[in-house]
Amino acid sequence: MTSRLYHIAFNTFREAVRDRVLYNLVFFALLMVGSAPLFSTISIGLERIVLVNLGLTAITLFGVVIAIFIGIGLVSKEIEKRTLYTVLSRPVRRWEFIVGKYLGLAATLIVNAGFMALGLFAAVLFVQRSLGMQDTYILIALYFIVLQFLVIIAITLLFSSFSSPLLSAIFAFGVFVIGNFADDIRGFASLTEGVQRWLITAVSYMVPNFGSMNVVSQVAHGQGVALGLVAMNTLYAALYLLAALSGAILIFEKRNLK
Amino acid sequence: MPAIEISGLTKTYSVGFWRKTERVGLKDLSLNVEDGEIFGCLGPNGAGKTTTLKLLMGLIYPTAGSARILGMPVHDPSVKAQIGFLPEQPYFYDYLTPNELLGYYARLSGVPAGDLPARLYATLQRVGMSEHADTQLRKFSKGMLQRVGIAQAILHDPKVVFLDEPMSGLDPVGRREVRELIETLRDEGKTVFFSTHILSDAETLCDRVAVLHRGELRGVRAVSDLVAASAGKNEVVIQSPPNADLAALRALASDVRTVGDSLRLVVAAEKLDAALDAIRAARAKLISINPLRGNLEEYFLEHIDGARRKEVAP
Repeated sequence: MTSRLYHIAFNTFREAVRDRVLYNLVFFALLMVGSAPLFSTISIGLERIVLVNLGLTAITLFGVVIAIFIGIGLVSKEIEKRTLYTVLSRPVRRWEFIVGKYLGLAATLIVNAGFMALGLFAAVLFVQRSLGMQDTYILIALYFIVLQFLVIIAITLLFSSFSSPLLSAIFAFGVFVIGNFADDIRGFASLTEGVQRWLITAVSYMVPNFGSMNVVSQVAHGQGVALGLVAMNTLYAALYLLAALSGAILIFEKRNLK
Repeated sequence: MPAIEISGLTKTYSVGFWRKTERVGLKDLSLNVEDGEIFGCLGPNGAGKTTTLKLLMGLIYPTAGSARILGMPVHDPSVKAQIGFLPEQPYFYDYLTPNELLGYYARLSGVPAGDLPARLYATLQRVGMSEHADTQLRKFSKGMLQRVGIAQAILHDPKVVFLDEPMSGLDPVGRREVRELIETLRDEGKTVFFSTHILSDAETLCDRVAVLHRGELRGVRAVSDLVAASAGKNEVVIQSPPNADLAALRALASDVRTVGDSLRLVVAAEKLDAALDAIRAARAKLISINPLRGNLEEYFLEHIDGARRKEVAP
């Protein structure tokens, strides 16, 4: 089983790496991070804040776009092109295929984020001439960004297991945007009453709380991140992605491949 | 024990906006394929051939009935290590080379890592693709992809091989090579189940054939029986004047068809002399007499239409 998961994941990773669109996105992300020192020259004394903010936001947005862009086709493209037939006619269980594809895309995004993070650290080093303790917090922000990627891939896979690629992309991106405002929605719910309050609260808890995984501004200002938050976010992301992935597997297990 | 056992296999699809209309993909299919047999599944487009193969591969779920391969349910992963499958018009990961693609499939099928290089080389050589082992699949023609498709189906030395339209997209040379390959699979003792609408391929290769039409099984027959069934018959082709009285001749023939301005009659050997007398009496022109060899086409048409198509001259 482990071997099959590894080979499906590796093939997914290899496909993403050989996809030229992916290189373009990474190129633009690196360009954005690389141009950060130019922006920071405009804001005297705020170089690091602007740089870290811009760099981490670019890594998040490009990563989410890649996750959704590849995630929507991860299974549907295999069905449409019938490449899945020759995989599932082998001793591969359907859940192994979904989990393998998930792991492959997750590995792709982690490697991409890693490369972009190297670019960011190089830019920070260029601006500060040295790296200090406060810069290690950037790693925690990066870890939270990766957690967001892991959740958004699982959500994209869930949507794509029952809807078209275009709708899946719209739904997944919608969940990402709403998830960033989950706390605000909860605050809004407290201003309402009755069924409306109940409904808005339910929605705010159903969407993943990406807001709690966003510490970009905090680390840009050199502030630390509580270990409790790291633990809670890790647990939350793990449970959320497991639930979404299980949903995707349950739907895919029953699906007739036309 | 049969290699493939199909019992009452049925698949209906719900179609339409509200999914309330039912379309039959396959209806109550029951048949067995014996070990070491080459079995052809024939039928026009939409007959249910691909549906049957998808059900056997576990890609779709039956509405009713069941199927077993090598005595095991089709969804059993252990049976899947012993089968090979070539889908219709296969499309593979075009960013891979044949070596990478077959390596991926071999690992998924559990081929030991130590055997891989030799296995890949031997399989690619067998389908005539060893020279292109390291070229990306996106640069391949349809025929080359078909060969890679056959390679992935036999790569892990399966006991049962399922081929959906294996000759599709191949030129005459390629078709002959695939035919020879299927024959070598039989020599190795493998069971081959393949679908086709090219009757001559089925006639050359198959031990038995099944005819499917509109999701229903119309008949199963050994190809050798088809030949034997027509032994001792002759095809007589004549051209006759417009108002010729051919009643006596028609009475002697077991089948009469009009083809263009000719009349083709099937006449038993013992009635041939009487038929020739009747032709002379009707002042008709004899074009040819040939001993008839039963063929799959006749059997196929007979079962597709429910009855032999008779086209009688006015």
